[in-house]
Amino acid sequence: MARYVIGRLAGVVVVLFLVCLFTFVLFFTLQPDPAVMICGKTCTPERIDQIRDVLGLNLPFLTQFFGFLGGIFAGRDYGEGANLVHCAAPCLGYSFQTNQSVMDMVVERLPISATVAIGAAVLWLLIGIAAGLLSAVKEGTWWDRTAMGLALGGSSIPNYVLALALQYVLVVQLQVLPFPQAVAFSDDPVVWFQSYLMPWLVLATGYACLYARLTRANVIDTLAENFMRTARSKGLSPALTMRRHALRPALTPIATIFGMDFAGLLGGALITETVFGLNGVGKMAADAIAKNDQPVIMAVTLLAAFFVVVGNVVVDLVYTRLDPRVRITAR
Amino acid sequence: MTVAAHPEQVAGGTPATSGRRVLRALLRDRGAVLSGAYLALIVLMALGAPLISAITGHGPNDFNTAAVNTDLGGVPHGALGGISAEHPLGVEPQNGRDILARIAYGARVSLIIAASATALTTLLGVVLGMLAGFYQGWADQVICRVMDFLMAFPALIFMIAILSALPQGNRPVLLVVVISVFGWPYLARVVRGQTLTLVNREFVEAARASGASTGALVFKEILPNLRSSLIVMVTLAVPGYVGTEAGLSFLGVGVTPPTPSWGQMIASSVGWYAVDPMYFVIPGAFLFLTVLSLTVLGDRIRAAFDAGEAS
Repeated sequence: MARYVIGRLAGVVVVLFLVCLFTFVLFFTLQPDPAVMICGKTCTPERIDQIRDVLGLNLPFLTQFFGFLGGIFAGRDYGEGANLVHCAAPCLGYSFQTNQSVMDMVVERLPISATVAIGAAVLWLLIGIAAGLLSAVKEGTWWDRTAMGLALGGSSIPNYVLALALQYVLVVQLQVLPFPQAVAFSDDPVVWFQSYLMPWLVLATGYACLYARLTRANVIDTLAENFMRTARSKGLSPALTMRRHALRPALTPIATIFGMDFAGLLGGALITETVFGLNGVGKMAADAIAKNDQPVIMAVTLLAAFFVVVGNVVVDLVYTRLDPRVRITAR
Repeated sequence: MTVAAHPEQVAGGTPATSGRRVLRALLRDRGAVLSGAYLALIVLMALGAPLISAITGHGPNDFNTAAVNTDLGGVPHGALGGISAEHPLGVEPQNGRDILARIAYGARVSLIIAASATALTTLLGVVLGMLAGFYQGWADQVICRVMDFLMAFPALIFMIAILSALPQGNRPVLLVVVISVFGWPYLARVVRGQTLTLVNREFVEAARASGASTGALVFKEILPNLRSSLIVMVTLAVPGYVGTEAGLSFLGVGVTPPTPSWGQMIASSVGWYAVDPMYFVIPGAFLFLTVLSLTVLGDRIRAAFDAGEAS
């Protein structure tokens, strides 16, 4: 088991290194000169040279790349002498646009993305699994057909269309919600909840529809298994056979998919955050991309990849707990 | 109901009959027929876009300031976003471009990109998946590692980063390439798994023992057996590509103006949705119905194939 975990973690490091390298190569070869962009309109050649010097943009590719990597683990220094700026250990550099430390920006915005992701996840798990279970139990009935029809429709709405429609109906027409605002929970819990409600609903809709269909399919498959016939023939009530025997095998695959979806969302719900103006990691990425702010784009790509890769490992480890058939044996 | 069958398909036995059976099952299904009809309408609209412009007299980029109220910041004249006999789907606020013409030309862009991305993804997925499953060994190792890597990648953020970093160039081609590069592993993984099991089946052994070449093994023995799962996986992937293209255009890294695209139309309606809701309702509805129809059709095709396997 320990060996398996170590092997997987090594894999994580390799993938993250490759993501890093790939992104770095891309920007190194394709991006316009960052020094010119930082310098702006009133710019002299001397000033451009100075910026290049401080950021190390004149150095060869590999030196720059390992400078960036080294910054993450050991911190790094920019400039020299009186102008020396030290960037402490998990250093992701400084934004070309605002000169803010990228690490500080990420730390500041990650809680917002996490709030969006957690709230949406709670909603879609509750709604999706409940609707799917009901549909499976009442297979072929009026409820089943309506719910599955809705699920098919709901998973086809692009989330920015849903976001705009919801905002138009709830905010502009009915005026039951205010425009989303950046409010901390401790400042005003009511406005906080109202501001996050629409992003949660928008994100949860697509996933809830997908999970309802998956849950229904899995439960129906499980109910047809031999061990379920055994359970019923022992005289257990339908509710008890469902609770004791069907739920675990039917919902285990859902747990896997949930882990991946949730990890993906932690790296920022780009479209939802942008439409609702929430200052999460996703919006930070969109803004950085619009302004060619390379250090920020690097950081967001790495962060998102980190969540996905680590999420993958966590899911596999949890799976061995949930499903005794795939216990890892010592080799 | 008659289905025109090619003689060689009838002679081939199982494949032809299963194809006809699936088609017959789809024609009996109301959802599938409606979806098919809607998609046919969209394809016709895309093909006939210049014709639509000629009939209404409005090109996709013709400004018509007479149709908007310049005193009110460019809100279209008339109710429902300026819907009238002259502009059946209304006009854009501010510059008064005809929405019907832009929807029709936008359908061209969306459909061409989705279709090309589907073709390229399928090609990559089938070739690489079969290579991995057929030869196994180091080829399998390399392809699997590349797939793991691509699937671990935050695809959306990365697609946006690449598209924004690349010089303008030919946007639609770039979109197709980027969508396909991140899309093929999902297909290849299934193709690889099925090839792995097929390679060891008796009929493949028999063909190999009777001296069939590698090409014959791949194209005559294995590929035909992948057909039904390929059709299902590909049809279920198409709505995703339509959505991705629209999403990227919505975020401003897709098709560049003045070429119209549905995602871009929705993006430009963001600032207007409070005063002119029809401006986002119309492209939003077209996009939603297209994705829904493709999803329903894919779902029904899968059900029809599954029913065939069960019987």
